[in-house]
Amino acid sequence: MSSDTAATSAAAKPVAAQYLQGLADDALVYAQRLGEWISRGPQIEEDMALANVGLDLLGQARVLLTRVGELDGTGRSEDDLAYFRDEREYRNVHLVEQERGDFGFEMARLLWFSAYQCELYAALRSSADEILAGVAAKALKEVTYHQDHAAQWVVRLGDGTEESHRRMHDALVAVQPYVAELFEDDPASSAAAEAGVGVLPSSLGEAVSARVAAVVEEATLSLPEPSRWRSRGGRDGIHSRPLGYLLAEMQHIARSHPGATW
Amino acid sequence: MSGQGQEPQGSPQQATAAGEGPAAPGPRTWPLWEVFVRGKRGLSHVHVGSLHAPDAVMALRNARDVYTRRQEGVSIWVAKASDIAASSPDERDAFFDPAADKVYRHPTFYDVPEDVEYL
Repeated sequence: MSSDTAATSAAAKPVAAQYLQGLADDALVYAQRLGEWISRGPQIEEDMALANVGLDLLGQARVLLTRVGELDGTGRSEDDLAYFRDEREYRNVHLVEQERGDFGFEMARLLWFSAYQCELYAALRSSADEILAGVAAKALKEVTYHQDHAAQWVVRLGDGTEESHRRMHDALVAVQPYVAELFEDDPASSAAAEAGVGVLPSSLGEAVSARVAAVVEEATLSLPEPSRWRSRGGRDGIHSRPLGYLLAEMQHIARSHPGATW
Repeated sequence: MSGQGQEPQGSPQQATAAGEGPAAPGPRTWPLWEVFVRGKRGLSHVHVGSLHAPDAVMALRNARDVYTRRQEGVSIWVAKASDIAASSPDERDAFFDPAADKVYRHPTFYDVPEDVEYL
C-alpha cells in the first residue's frame, strides 16, 4: 500500500484511471439519454422516475470522473472530462449511447444495464481504490432500485396486452446485440482487475443474465438468442453514430462559453 | 406517451408493421392514488398529494420518486382515491359547526405534562 490516502499504488494509477473512465462514461452517457424522457414518459410520474435514475447515474459519474482526473495525473476536473473530450475519447459501451426508442426499449435497456451495475458495484465494494469502493457501496442501493423499476415495467408490459407483449419482446431483441459488450474483458478492465481495483467484466455475465432472465420469465417472455451482429469497441473509443449527436447536445453550451458558471 | 397516437421517434427497432392496433385504453385511464408519507418514526402518515399509477405497487414506487426525493419520509402509504369516502363541502355546516360551542370537549381544564411531545 502506498501512502496515497485512497490506496492505489502509483503503478496501478494509470490502469485504474482508464478503468474508471469506462465506468464513468457509461453512467454519464446513460444519464444524458435518460434525461430525454423528461416530458416524454407515459405519465409525469414516469418522467420523474427516469429523471431520478438519470440523476443517480450522473452523481456516480461525477465522483468517478473526479477520481479519474486525480489518478491520471492530469488534474482535469469532472467538467473538463465531461465537456471537453471528443467522441473517440469516450469509453462507454454502445448500449448506453443508442438512441431513445419506445418505452419498452428503454425498460429493456435499463433492466440489462441496472442488473449489470448491481453485480458490478456489489463486487467493487471491495476495490483496492477506496474512492471507488465508496462509490460502489453508495451506488449499489441506487441501482438496486433502478433494476426494480425496470423489472416492474418489463413484467407489466410483457404480461400485459397482446400489443405490449409483442413490443416488449421486440425491445429485448433490439437490446440484445449490445449486451455482450458489457461482459467483454478489455485490456483496461483486465489490468484493473489484476491490480485489485476493478472486476473482470466476464466474471459478471452469468449473475447479470440470471437477474434479467428471472424478470423476463416472470414477464412471460423469453430472452432472445444471441444476435449474429454485436457491438464492440466502446471501451476503445470506437462508437456508433448516435454518440456524436448526444455529445454535441451535452457539450455545446460548455464549449460555446468556456469557463462560464451558472 | 406525450401525445395521442404519436410515438417517440428514432427507435432503434424497425418501425412496427401493425400501425393500427386495437384502441387500447390510454395511459390517462390510470387511476388516481392518494399518497401519505410518514416523516419520521413516531409520527403519523400525512397526506402529501396524489398521483397516477396503473396499480398499487407502481403507485408506491411513483410516490417514492415524486414525494420522497428529498428524504421527506421513512414510510409511504397509497390508497386509491376512489376508495376514500370523503365528507362533502355541502355538509360542512351540519358536520362541523355543532362542535363549535362544545367547549367542554377540549382538554383545556387540566394541565398537559411538559414531557408529552405529541398531543
